[in-house]
Amino acid sequence: MTILLRTEGLGKTFTLHLQGGTRIPVLGGVDLAVRAGECVALSGPSGAGKSTLMRCLYGNYGAGAGRILLAHQGRDLDLARADARAVIEARRQTIGYVSQFLRVIPRVSTRDIVAEPMMARGVARVDALARASALLDRLNLPERLHGLPPATFSGGEQQRVNLARGFGPRHPVLLLDEPTASLDAANRAIVIGLIDEAKQAGTAIVGIFHDAEVREAVADRVFTVEPMQDAA
Amino acid sequence: MTEAGYNFAYLDEATKRMIRRAILKAVAIPGHQIPFGAREMPLPYGWGTGGIQVTASILGPQDVLKVIDQGADDTTNAVSIRRFFTRVAGIATTDATGEASIIQTRHRIPEKPLTENQILVYQVPQPEPLFKLEPHRAETRRIHALADYGLMHVRLYEDIARLGHIAKAYDYPVMVNERYLMSPSPIPAFDNPKMHQMAALQLFGAGREKRIYAVPPYTPVRSLDFEDHPFRPIRAPHACAICGSRTSYLDELITNDAGGRAFICSDTDYCQERQEAPKAAAE
Amino acid sequence: MNLLLEARGLHLKFGAIAALDDVAIDVSAGEVVAIVGESGSGKTTLLRVLAGQMAPDSGTVRYLGGDVLGMTEAERRRLMRTDWGFVHQNPRDGLRMGVSAGGNVGERLMALGARHYGNIRDEAKAWLQRVEIDAARIDDLPRHFSGGMQQRLQIARTLVTRPKLVFMDEPTGGLDVSVQARLLDLIRALVHELGLSVLIVTHDIAAARLLADRILVMRRGQVVEQGLTDRVLDDPQHPYTQLLVSSVLAA
Repeated sequence: MTILLRTEGLGKTFTLHLQGGTRIPVLGGVDLAVRAGECVALSGPSGAGKSTLMRCLYGNYGAGAGRILLAHQGRDLDLARADARAVIEARRQTIGYVSQFLRVIPRVSTRDIVAEPMMARGVARVDALARASALLDRLNLPERLHGLPPATFSGGEQQRVNLARGFGPRHPVLLLDEPTASLDAANRAIVIGLIDEAKQAGTAIVGIFHDAEVREAVADRVFTVEPMQDAA
Repeated sequence: MTEAGYNFAYLDEATKRMIRRAILKAVAIPGHQIPFGAREMPLPYGWGTGGIQVTASILGPQDVLKVIDQGADDTTNAVSIRRFFTRVAGIATTDATGEASIIQTRHRIPEKPLTENQILVYQVPQPEPLFKLEPHRAETRRIHALADYGLMHVRLYEDIARLGHIAKAYDYPVMVNERYLMSPSPIPAFDNPKMHQMAALQLFGAGREKRIYAVPPYTPVRSLDFEDHPFRPIRAPHACAICGSRTSYLDELITNDAGGRAFICSDTDYCQERQEAPKAAAE
Repeated sequence: MNLLLEARGLHLKFGAIAALDDVAIDVSAGEVVAIVGESGSGKTTLLRVLAGQMAPDSGTVRYLGGDVLGMTEAERRRLMRTDWGFVHQNPRDGLRMGVSAGGNVGERLMALGARHYGNIRDEAKAWLQRVEIDAARIDDLPRHFSGGMQQRLQIARTLVTRPKLVFMDEPTGGLDVSVQARLLDLIRALVHELGLSVLIVTHDIAAARLLADRILVMRRGQVVEQGLTDRVLDDPQHPYTQLLVSSVLAA
């Protein structure tokens, strides 16, 4: 199968200018390749840089070294070098990200929050809203909540909104950062189902799954992120 | 005879030339305010010093001068100005609109249509139509330069919003030659249509504000309005109590302490002529 | 990429102080760009230069390829009432306080030649509702409005003619925190609906995060860092940006 996302010699070091320029190397020489329809689970001890890697893959953190090649609209886009507009376009069309926490937009209803990235990808509003409702139903978010802004929802409810938002647009590449952390067993099973379906549809998935049961169920292989020696 | 010790028409010749240059510029750019070095005149600001300087600068010995104030030839201001020019220029004066070559006016345009052989000189207290809307002179000048007149329509919009109609009954802003927004001086809005394509040259003088502007003969003058609130010249819905005119602009008079009222022509010469016309026809 | 505004090599000194020191910036169609930095960093000066309100010592500013700095006053004003809008920090600078809310919204329409009172009024009412002001207040003077309402009115007045590019100078500057959130959300929604391009100057990092696609960090007249908003804020590289981000609570 085609590789949709790969890194070549990816490195990331944080320089803390406010702490006298302390340099903290977190990633070095990361070579990761993810194929269409494949789910790769990142593993490694806490603080090894799994989340940093995820954020680099999404362009949220700048890469310090190496390349991050995303199969985007028929060519490889190097997210480590791409300018902001290209990253925004790649996020709109190609790569999705489900973070642990929902960044709530004030006064926007849950249904609209979920539909928004679908519409950004070109789905008609009516279809996007219908799919948003279907996903929220499937994730057992009571319908009376669909029209409300999620600011006052519980952690588990917010996470399900976030999941619906992430799975809605069917991006070819999907990053999942602890997608089931605040969910009960029933909802975890639903998320496993969503991931399976996405894989069937050819989505390349990279995930951090603390929950071993979920990891076993969805991951085709595990990619270990090695902790770096502190250079200081 | 003219008063000894004064130049013809009071102003010295250099001043008149300066004012004539301003007038020529004003005629060349219809509706555009031209600054000029207004002189101190032997009467206070607000009594027509601007109009008098314009009149003095265009006056020749053969001219016949008519002066009206609120349409009347016999009010203090009109009488004083007429006497002033009689004394300092020795020219002939008249009350008859048709006989005058120069008509200086405050607050009215005569009812009788003017001709190409006449000049109408307006006394102007405030030449800037945007005066109450934009406090900065530099900005009003820019607005005129760029013909950026949305602000004036805002004022008219506000009237309709608050009162249901455009409340300006006098000094109603006009667009001259589709280019410059102009104050017609405090004439009633009723008179605005007379400015449009008028055969006579119209000159405007503001003494305190030191501005001259003009509307040359046969120039389009349009009162601002909205498509759904068109400009309407308003007059009291009565006939003149003296001459019976139903088309002239009327003044309201309180006739007694019991609240009795009467409406009569504001243009005294027009009213007089109408009173005499039937007699002339009968003779 | 449809480039609207493009500035290169801007320099401007106030005496010995460099307000702009080799600044370059561009804005594409439909893009929201934030300029952040503390007071005196040159961000408001940059906005004024880009909007053609102030001339730099050197450099170029182009709008749709046309030279902004070489425009006549007439051309600049035409642009200001058609393609461009400017939202001031203080609503008093952007509103006519002695003119009703409806008149304020209608002014740009009238400046562009609208001459039908009923249509102007309908449009004004629709815009008041759009910025969440009760249409029944159309004839009230803005001086009787709260600060947040005044700012929303200013936005309605600016957007009524559907500009392509809107300059915003600290639009939430003088407002209470709760009012700020509502205004920001309104701006976000309108930008989204109308596909506006916005250049917003703010010292409010949270506002920049909510609204902007891209961010430029200014300090002492220089752009010290720029890029994707979440990358600049979550992974700041320049010492000054790190200081700026670290001094904000939960941005």
